Parts: sequence; C-alpha cells; structure tokens
Amino acid sequence: MIATAQSSPPVIVLDNLVKFFGRFAAIRGISASFAPARLYVVLGDNGAGKSTLLRIVAGLMEPSQGSFTLLGAKRIRDVAHRVGYMGHAPLLYDELSGMENLRYFAGLYGIHDDEVGRNAMRMVGLDPELSRRVGQYSQGMRQRLSLARAVLHDPELMLLDEPFSNVDVRSAREMAAVLGRVRDQGKTIFVVTHQAPLMEGVADEFVHMTAGQIVKREECLRHAAVEEADPSRAGARSG
Amino acid sequence: MSTAGVTRATLMKDLRMEWRSKDAINSMLFFALLVVVIFSFAFNPTAEESRHIAGGLIWVSFLFAAVVALNQTWARELRNQVLDAYRVSPAPPNALFLAKAFGNFLFVVILECLMAPLFVIFYELRSVGPVWQLVVVALLGTWALVVNGTFFAALSIRTRSREIMLPLILFPISIPALLGMVDATTSILTGDASPNFWIKLLAVYDIVFTMICLLLFEAVLNAE
Repeated sequence: MIATAQSSPPVIVLDNLVKFFGRFAAIRGISASFAPARLYVVLGDNGAGKSTLLRIVAGLMEPSQGSFTLLGAKRIRDVAHRVGYMGHAPLLYDELSGMENLRYFAGLYGIHDDEVGRNAMRMVGLDPELSRRVGQYSQGMRQRLSLARAVLHDPELMLLDEPFSNVDVRSAREMAAVLGRVRDQGKTIFVVTHQAPLMEGVADEFVHMTAGQIVKREECLRHAAVEEADPSRAGARSG
Repeated sequence: MSTAGVTRATLMKDLRMEWRSKDAINSMLFFALLVVVIFSFAFNPTAEESRHIAGGLIWVSFLFAAVVALNQTWARELRNQVLDAYRVSPAPPNALFLAKAFGNFLFVVILECLMAPLFVIFYELRSVGPVWQLVVVALLGTWALVVNGTFFAALSIRTRSREIMLPLILFPISIPALLGMVDATTSILTGDASPNFWIKLLAVYDIVFTMICLLLFEAVLNAE
C-alpha cells in the first residue's frame, strides 16, 4: 500500500528551499518530496523551522531561495481550494459562533450549504447547534473548531501547525484519531507537533527537523504493520 | 467564488460583528460629538459665521472619527491571525478590500446622518445652496476618506505603532480630497460660489484612488 502511494506523483516537492529572516536562516536548503495519502508528522525543537516550512508551503510566506510545487502547481493560488491550513493561532473570529465562522469560511471556498459546516463540526466532536461565541469556547474547543475550519472544504492536502497545543490528552487523542480517519480517505496530512507519542498510532512517517533542515525521515513501522493486518483499510487509502 | 459574493459575505460578517461589539460606531460617535460640542462652545458663532467655518469643522470631525473606525477594520482580522485563513483561501483579495471599504463607508455615513442634525442645532446651519449637493459631496468625500483609509490601514497592520502610522500616511494623501470636501461644502452652505469644480475633483479623486487601491491591494495583503 505504501509503495502504491509513493509511486503516485508527489503532493509536495521542495527544491533547495531557503528562508532568511534578516541574516538568520530559518530554512537551510531543504529538498524533499512527499507522497500522497500519507500522514506526516514533522518534529523538531523550537526554532527548527517546522512552522516556517509549513507557512511557506501554505503560501503565507515566500521562500528567500529555491522553489517548490504543491499538488503539481507552481502557483499556490491555483490549488488553494485543494489545501487546508490550520495555524498555530485558531484563525477564527471570537465574536461569531462556531457555525457562523464555518459558514463564512465555507463561503470563501464557494460552499453555501450549511450542512457541510455542520458535518465538519460533528466530525471534530462539536455540537453544530452551539450558539455560544467562539470567544467563550475553551482552548480545546477552539482547536477542534479550527480543525473543522481547515477540513471544511474537503482538501486533498492538510497542513496543520500544532493542532494539539493547549489541548487535554483525551481531546488530543480524539483529534489524532480524526486525522487518521481523514488520511484513510486518501488525504495527505502534515502535522507539526511536539507531541509525537500522540501520533504514534496513526502517523505514516516522522520527519525530523533540526536547524532549518530535514535531518531524518522515519517510516512508522507500527502503522505499516496495522495496514498489512487489515487489507480493507489499505484499500480505503489507495482510493 | 465571485468577487461580489465574497464581498457581500465579508461585509455581512463585518456588520454582524460590529452590531455585536459596536466598537467602531461608539468610538466614532463619541469623538465626533466631542468635536461638535467643544468647537460650538469655543467659537459660539453666529449663523452667518457658521456657514463659513462649518465646512472645515464638519470634515475635520468626520476625518478624525473615521480614523478610529479605520484602525478597527483590520484589528479584527489580526486577532487570532484570521487574516491567514483568508490568505490561504482561493477567495479574491480585492473582495476583502471592497468589503472593508464598503463597511467603513457605511459606518461613516451612519455617523454623518447622526451628526448632521447636531451640526444644524449647535451651529444654526441653514444652507443657502441646494441641499442635495451637500449629499453628493458627503458621499464622494466619505468614499475618498474610506477607500484610502482602508488601504493604508491594511498597509500599516504589520507595523508596530499602526494607530499612529495610519494618520501619518492617510492625511497627506487626502489633502486634495479634503480641500475639495471643505471648499465644496462651504460653497454650498454660503452660496458664494459654484461647488461644481470641487465635486468633479472629488469624483476624479475617488475613481483614481479606488483603481490604485484595487491594483495594489493583493501585494499589500501578501506582504510579509
């Protein structure tokens, strides 16, 4: 199954990517490619360049040098509707309710069916009828809603920056399970996190970053073993 | 996603948020009210004197009050970095700009409607020229203020002291429009001269700066 995913065209190809902030190089010549329908967990210390790399790939920053393609496109705007991004901050309006937020963001992707927003909220374990404003949500609920916003338009590629920060362990495990299910539907997911143990059951590959470089890529053998034991799951992913 | 559709959705979202918080309207009203009352007591003008100074007073109070709203415009998008969610979406950048400009236009027009009777009462204002021309000047002048104000507020969101930066950039570039607004208003109130030249100047200013802002906004939105 993994061989099938890797034989497909890569979703992201990075070619000697460099990013400077003043004289400080946050990303130092990263070249790599990433196969589709896999869940990548990007790990590294603070300042390793994980979030910067994610923001460049999401189109929120321009690289100082090098280039990359995203879903086969050089211009990110051309594939923006196929990409979901969850930032370190919640990217939500505090003054609006959960559904009002999702309704607005769905509209940006040309989706005008409220049922899509409701389904996204249900998927992350939130009640769509909750009329409370996001400003009154707990941190865990915000993170869940932020995830719902990122997956609202059913993107092929999801870039998630610290989705479990300030979330209790139980909620984080539930969110990780949601990500696993989304990946099983054939989506590619990048998760930047400091909480590697949470992803051990669901990740396909750990990508280790240090000082602006990818220093190690590690296949998650445990997941591969699960797939071999469960052919129906492998079939779901190859679709 | 059409530009019109996203503009409407963003405008409705902003109006809903403003209705709930009333941040911009309340602060604008308070500021404008303060200017009207203070100048009225300071000058205590006759009806004839009022006609000559009201043009300047009215627009100064609206300009400073508008800056308060303009600073609020993008502050909402910076909280929780919501602007990033818009930037990664396929929605057209100009739709965001137009929604913000229309929202600010609406807020300032509401302010003008609420303040107009107070100006009439405190300054005993009676227009010698046709009142409909005052409406035209108000609409053109307000758009001149908000279109540049919305653009420069966006330009200054990534600066440290953006509340100070906005008037520093906005006021000098608004001088031609301000001259037009003040002179046209004074001409209509006193009936001394035709305001046609100033109205045409305001219309041209509006068209030119709206075009420039629309052309440059995407670069401003994506600037690091």
